[in-house]
Amino acid sequence: MSKNGDLNVQLNVKSVEFNVNKKKKFKRKYIYGYLFIAPPFIGFILFGLIPIVYSLYISMTSFDLFNPAVFTGLDNYKKLFLEDPLFWQSLFNTIYAAIGIPIGIGLSLLIAMGLSKNIKGINFFRTAFFLPSICSVVALTLMWKWIFNADYGVLNNILGFFHIQGPNWLGSSTWAMPALIIQGVWGGLGTGMILYIAALKNVPRTFYEAADIDGANNWDKFWHITLPAISPTTFYLAITAVIGAMQAFVPYMLMTNGGPDYSTTTIVLYLYNNAFRYMNMGYASAMAWLLFVVIMAMTIINFKVSSKWVHYD
Amino acid sequence: MSRELAISKSNKKKKETVSKCFIYFFLVIGALIMAVPFLWMLSTSLKTEGTVFAIPPKWIPDVFLWSNYSQAIEEAQLVQGLVNTLTIVIPSLIIGLFSASIAAYGFAKLEFPGREKLFMILLSTMMIPGIVTMVPSYVIFRNLGWIDTFKPLMIPGMFGGVACVFFLRQFFKNIPKELIEAAELDGLGYFGTFMKIVLPLSKPAIATQAIFGFLGGYNDYMGPLIYLNDPDKFTLQLKLASFNGAYSSEWTLIMAGSVLALIPTVLLFYFAQKYFVEGIVMTGLKG
Repeated sequence: MSKNGDLNVQLNVKSVEFNVNKKKKFKRKYIYGYLFIAPPFIGFILFGLIPIVYSLYISMTSFDLFNPAVFTGLDNYKKLFLEDPLFWQSLFNTIYAAIGIPIGIGLSLLIAMGLSKNIKGINFFRTAFFLPSICSVVALTLMWKWIFNADYGVLNNILGFFHIQGPNWLGSSTWAMPALIIQGVWGGLGTGMILYIAALKNVPRTFYEAADIDGANNWDKFWHITLPAISPTTFYLAITAVIGAMQAFVPYMLMTNGGPDYSTTTIVLYLYNNAFRYMNMGYASAMAWLLFVVIMAMTIINFKVSSKWVHYD
Repeated sequence: MSRELAISKSNKKKKETVSKCFIYFFLVIGALIMAVPFLWMLSTSLKTEGTVFAIPPKWIPDVFLWSNYSQAIEEAQLVQGLVNTLTIVIPSLIIGLFSASIAAYGFAKLEFPGREKLFMILLSTMMIPGIVTMVPSYVIFRNLGWIDTFKPLMIPGMFGGVACVFFLRQFFKNIPKELIEAAELDGLGYFGTFMKIVLPLSKPAIATQAIFGFLGGYNDYMGPLIYLNDPDKFTLQLKLASFNGAYSSEWTLIMAGSVLALIPTVLLFYFAQKYFVEGIVMTGLKG
């Protein structure tokens, strides 16, 4: 009996010891977990959070980098809203440029649908449409600048072949933006196409078979089956494209440098010029904050509206 | 009945052939529209300066002036630009991939309180547009004495990109739990398991992210434009852009330089196509 009790006690002690050990080990595991995930958080705090907070302060100062910042309260924001038509022009230009987004998304869906029909040479076509996505935007912009050249560019030559007098693309405040939109659509088809090809593959065949039995035509099938089924992809493309378009910069700087007559000055180009050309760090930061709020608002609206037309299975 | 069926079947087939012809027609036109700009660039890069301005333009020049390329390399200092680009991109890419994969492993396989919440917080930081941090980062780096050095272009990337963490986490989640538990029981420890078991298993996923990281770094223009002033430190993209500024009407040389700038990424794409497709589909669909 006493022997048995001893054993019991011993067992209990052991299990307690085991528990303690387990707890310690768990804690050690936690510490490793936090250590492992630390780098991106440290990176975000140092190069994301601190600059963002600091930027809010700079946006309320007059600061040219060389003299100490002078606190001016909301003056920069006031100027932005009330006294700077160029800012509104550049906001308008940025939104105007965004008409390339639905065109690009529509075209990439068309291409993807074409490529999903058991086509020979699918690899060749896929490569052709995807190639610009991996190319240097600097090199592509220089290429398009030469293509759009009014007198010797290939585009106006081809148009001339059809007896169309091409415009002075980059020298005209009417045609410079369409030229940049053309470049943007041409260069942006790749990602959308690849995502749509993957999405189209995942639409269940049975849906189409059922529709066939019901006597649905191709248009009905596209409208009521395909489009809803791939709506998450469309949503993703729209969100990323909007965020990207609000920050468009490189082609605009290299192709036209915002001209002629500010017709292609995007917000980010205007912001860049204010910060690094005119050294108005405070004013540029106010612009950046406004842009930040606009992008956030658009993203939230996108998410809100999406519940109406995006179908997750 | 069976005849009718056969007729409707053959009709269907005919219809399919017709629609396929249409598809081919449009795809070929599309591919042409994609290719013509590149061909025009290539053709210009081989012309003599005089024939560039010929009307109508000649698509195949009489003489291929290959010396345009050597001249572009020399006058735009493309070799120096490439060396600078690689000096910036490669170390930052290697360290950044390591940081991202260890964080992704933490999120995928280690247990700790608040794991999913922290992951959502990290993911939501992706929504913040990079442009907000441009001015304040410049001011901060200037105070640190980092302007006109490679540091602002290298160091932020070393902490691991969020998109990369997201992608690798998806991949690590599929590694069997038993494998990791066995390695931990063998006394490898958490870090050892990650280094000796998980990393070697994840080569394809990491390669995909390495390719995207390299592309981003190689093609970056805005960062170097803001932080570098000394032409000797310019990256390849910056060299090409400033070459365009200095030689604005010498289209043969500018096009030759542009073709050269495209070659590394086109080669990369050629040899690693399947990684591209996988990478885009993985981050795109589940993002």
